[in-house]
Amino acid sequence: MALKNGWELVVGLEVHCELATNTKIFCSCANQFGDEPNTNICPVCLGLPGSLPVLNHMAVEFAMRIGSALHCRVEPSIFHRKNYFYPDMPKDYQVSQNDEPINVDGYLELPDGFRVGIERAHMEEDTGKTQHMGSSGRIHGANYSLVDYNRAGVPLVEIVSRPDIRTAEQAKAYVAELRSILVATGASNGKMEEGSLRVDANVSVRQPGHEYGTRCEIKNLNSLRSLTRAIEYEANRQIDLREAGERIVQETRHWNEEDGRTSSMRSKEEAMDYRYFPEPDLVPIAPSAEWVAAVRDALPLMPADRRRLLSEATGGELAPGSDPIVTIVDQGLDALVLGAVAHGGDGRRAVNRVANEVVTAEQGARLNIAGFAALLVMEAQAKLTSTQAKAVLVEMMETQASDPAAIATARGFQAMDSGVAETLVDELIAAHPAEFERLRAGDTKVAGFFVGAAMKASGGKADGKLVTGLLRQRAGL
Amino acid sequence: MSERLTRADVVHVARLARLTLGDAEVQSFTLELADILAHAHDVASLDTAGVVPTAHPLPLVNVLRADVIRPGVDRTEVLAMAPWAEDDRFRVPKILGETT
Ligand SMILES: [Zn+2]
Repeated sequence: MALKNGWELVVGLEVHCELATNTKIFCSCANQFGDEPNTNICPVCLGLPGSLPVLNHMAVEFAMRIGSALHCRVEPSIFHRKNYFYPDMPKDYQVSQNDEPINVDGYLELPDGFRVGIERAHMEEDTGKTQHMGSSGRIHGANYSLVDYNRAGVPLVEIVSRPDIRTAEQAKAYVAELRSILVATGASNGKMEEGSLRVDANVSVRQPGHEYGTRCEIKNLNSLRSLTRAIEYEANRQIDLREAGERIVQETRHWNEEDGRTSSMRSKEEAMDYRYFPEPDLVPIAPSAEWVAAVRDALPLMPADRRRLLSEATGGELAPGSDPIVTIVDQGLDALVLGAVAHGGDGRRAVNRVANEVVTAEQGARLNIAGFAALLVMEAQAKLTSTQAKAVLVEMMETQASDPAAIATARGFQAMDSGVAETLVDELIAAHPAEFERLRAGDTKVAGFFVGAAMKASGGKADGKLVTGLLRQRAGL
Repeated sequence: MSERLTRADVVHVARLARLTLGDAEVQSFTLELADILAHAHDVASLDTAGVVPTAHPLPLVNVLRADVIRPGVDRTEVLAMAPWAEDDRFRVPKILGETT
């Protein structure tokens, strides 16, 4: 969506990803969503005096996987304390990485080939969950809060993009692609609805070619839908202010899904001053070159690579960013397509059948790959019409049968011989002269009527394309 | 960092740390902190080109723990030590400002 009056949108995204470790980042408490409140707590994550943090090996491993998958450099890094007074962290500081993060300077490639720069992907600990109690249920007017520290100390990687995003749709595509990458690395379960992935958006507007405008950070974006709506709302809010000659105040704003608005979140008493300093209780992380290489080499294929492979399987007829290919990779059905191609099926036909008829991973799991390939070959050799092939495919998935030829025979499917088709078309024209006159006059919608009639008369054996071709020929179109 | 530390700086830092200081304390901390900063300034004036930065006083890196769950502490016991608890959670005074 383009903004009004030639304004250009500038967006950078910060995505917090909870890592799929067994335990928390600095203690051996379970990292488990949905447990009873305060059942996964210990002296370390409660910040009791005298307790000492020890870094989780797997959290570092996942962070390195994420960095490698995003084409970052993995660097020696240290932790800092980010000091603030808020009861979601009992220590009154959050351990995070400030100026020496583990991953720096990478990029993420969207399905259409556009690259969004990644400034950094650093490690930190999650905070506890506060619930505000009181009259309004909202944070202002709450009389007190209740805190559950199960989430305090859950390992996070925060992925900070460069301000390269120019549309709300691009922001959505970025988060969707990042989510797929994070799931592919095994570092995340990707569940936005459980807060495993949380997105903050830095939004500003400018006239093209001008300096970046003042930005606002939008929080509480819990779904891709919230993300796009909030960015569009915020951009228009800023444009209206600028066009009225007012200044944008740099601030954090809260997205309210019900109102469809952002609102200022912070009382202005004091700018945030986190007084970062090195965490003395943790020593530096300095992964060896061997460790970095081992992590990189063990990564599975990323979605972008898988889309490229599928595109190649169609001989380049379908682009890596085309809808059917994106759908297939999202559903993890690319092995089915590539397997069918390895068994002699046509790539383009395999992609279309999988994207349109198989659609879901559950359906795909019910399909025998060699049988699917055999079906594609039958269709390519015109032994089955497109309609018949679809029916056989549906039955193969319903019954988990592996022999399409047997199903075709049992159903009496044979592609209609073109001589028979011609006779059928001529009979239909004779039976429906008024409709045929309308077709001749150029009302091509009537063709659908004839195709339907031909299917009915032939018990589904007629080839719709062949019938249409014959009709057009007869009608002189 | 050659500017002189002021009383206002000390009051600001104290507020960030949620410390309430009396006038006499502000006075003495202004002098003490100024001395500490002067010492830091002396150190900063040394030529450290070619010296590798010290990330940590201990000569260790990659101190890591296996990702294995161990039992933590009992909720009832911990909540009993809290000044205020409700509904199996810690109850805290109302908060203005940032949500997370
Ligand atoms: Zn713990």
